[in-house]
Amino acid sequence: MVEIALPANSKINKGISHAPKGEIAKARTLKIYRWNPDDAENPRIDTYTIDEDDCGPMVLDALLKVKNEIDSTLTFRRSCREGICGSCAMNIDGQNTLACTKGMDEVKGDITIYPLPHMPVIKDLVPDLTTLYAQYESIEPWLKTDTPKPQAEWKQSREDREKLDGLYECILCACCSTSCPSYWWNSDKYLGPAVLLQAYRWLADSRDEATGDRLDDLEDPFRVYRCHTIMNCAKACPKGLSPAKAISEIKKLMVAREV
Amino acid sequence: MSDQVETQKHPRPLSPHIQIYRWTLTMVLSILHRATGVALYAGTALLAGWLLAAASGEEAYAVVQSISTAWYGRLVLFGYSWALFHHMFGGLRHFIWDTGRGFDLRHVEIIARVTAFVPPVLTIVVWVLAYSYLGAF
Repeated sequence: MVEIALPANSKINKGISHAPKGEIAKARTLKIYRWNPDDAENPRIDTYTIDEDDCGPMVLDALLKVKNEIDSTLTFRRSCREGICGSCAMNIDGQNTLACTKGMDEVKGDITIYPLPHMPVIKDLVPDLTTLYAQYESIEPWLKTDTPKPQAEWKQSREDREKLDGLYECILCACCSTSCPSYWWNSDKYLGPAVLLQAYRWLADSRDEATGDRLDDLEDPFRVYRCHTIMNCAKACPKGLSPAKAISEIKKLMVAREV
Repeated sequence: MSDQVETQKHPRPLSPHIQIYRWTLTMVLSILHRATGVALYAGTALLAGWLLAAASGEEAYAVVQSISTAWYGRLVLFGYSWALFHHMFGGLRHFIWDTGRGFDLRHVEIIARVTAFVPPVLTIVVWVLAYSYLGAF
């Protein structure tokens, strides 16, 4: 359902402005969404000022600097710091991306940081991705075969392997799904771009023998067809993939088997 | 996990979405495609009303004509003609995508610009032609 307004407990209040500490050569202001599950307060936007000359170049560097030097209560996920784990997915400057690969120089003015949009918040910048993971599980993201197992590995031609390019690189960071208005309004029924790209990854795999069953599972007014090609997914993907294209390929497969 | 949710003191807030997401031309076009689609239903009703009036006699037709030739009637018709062009171009855009083409971001932007800016031009051309046919120029 389309609900534009935020629920009463989610409305964002004005937060705390942390005064800059010490000498600052090149000031940069960060406005960060905060919510603490331990008190009854609504979410708020806290303001921090860091010295960009005394900090790494990425937004993640700035977040770590805030946590290490200004406010240790700031909570966010991060791990690899090189765009391969997908942990630090968040909304930076109005677009979903990875904090570790988003340069501060790409943002003009103050850097606003929110958790991934339209998700239940566990704390600060940490969203609850339980629904997304359950949806991922529902597409059975593993190789399914009927023919007897080969002695060695399941083989694939170079051409067939190339069909997985643009799909296998997905790190399931959820930037795309949580950028999608269709997913915002229908995340209970629509699978969303990330899971659909993964679904297509198995449909496109020459070794997989469950294509018919997989398409049967997707054939539904909501699971695939809530995609209206808004294109937020492809624009948000920090790996440069196109879930919109993958969804279009699924729709084509569905039509192709009917004619 | 579920125990954790149940024993949690405060329900989790929903993170902001449309309030904070940066608008792009493709997002605007998506919502405009929906809006013009709805507007075309209303426009078709206007067209049906005009035909009904024409079928039911001179008097009824004169009433509808007096409204449709007044400035506010013309304004609605202008909007209707733009909605028609806009929705048609939006439809063509989706038609291209339905063939699996035009998904790389460079083409997405080109197609978006065409869809946004050609329909207003065509709308104005049609109205200039219509008014010159009526002898306004």
